[in-house]
Amino acid sequence: MMKHSHNHMTLSFASRSENEAFARVAVAAFVSQLDPTVDELTDIKTVVSEAVTNAIIHGYDNHDTGVVYIEATIEEDTVYLIIRDEGQGIEDIEAARQPLYTSKPELERSGMGFTIMENFMDEVEVETTVGRGTIVRMKKRIESTNAILN
Amino acid sequence: MSLQIDVEHARSALIVRLTGELDHHSAQTVKATLEDAIARGSASHIILSLRDLSFMDSSGLGVILGRYKQITNKGGKMVVCDVNQAVYRLFELSGLFKILQIEDDERSALASLGVVS
Repeated sequence: MMKHSHNHMTLSFASRSENEAFARVAVAAFVSQLDPTVDELTDIKTVVSEAVTNAIIHGYDNHDTGVVYIEATIEEDTVYLIIRDEGQGIEDIEAARQPLYTSKPELERSGMGFTIMENFMDEVEVETTVGRGTIVRMKKRIESTNAILN
Repeated sequence: MSLQIDVEHARSALIVRLTGELDHHSAQTVKATLEDAIARGSASHIILSLRDLSFMDSSGLGVILGRYKQITNKGGKMVVCDVNQAVYRLFELSGLFKILQIEDDERSALASLGVVS
């Protein structure tokens, strides 16, 4: 019997940098029911941190009046994450996804956010509309549940 | 959810120990604290000890790279020590491990700089 065949949660919070830690810890706590390894949990925390930071810095241009939305879904052994903002959107998404590219070098951004998301997750999809906001959809299979499922 | 920054002067080096989580929120404090310590102090090198760093993301890479530039512009060196596997992976992904000198611990970092404390 599969214990965790389907589960779902949503979060929304103010676009304040204090909430970056809250977001990654909350998602990690939700995902921990799949019994991930420490490394898998670190991957999840890191990508949530990257996407939420992007939403705050780029989506809302560091204004704390926006709202960041997270949806996490567990389907069997796979985690699906949707991190969304209603900010200004990304003009050149191809450039934004390049390693070391940043639109804000003056803020000491490393330009590694999307590269990290792509490396740590199985799939990353970005939907963005200038003036409307950005949606990042990510997916990762949690390997350590295999033993339990079999 | 916080980060502690401990700064110790060891002759010509500034030993900086980070405890906790380094993200975009805490990176702003790290930047301000270290920018000031480097600008005011007489230290020519920085040793960044990450032994007690429990989390870091790409904002950490940005602030480390920023201090690397600051200290090398003054003719100094930056050595990073006690790097855990997760942080090392970020250094690898970003190529930072090619420019940063990485040592096992503070003692070997000090020795590599020729600083005897």
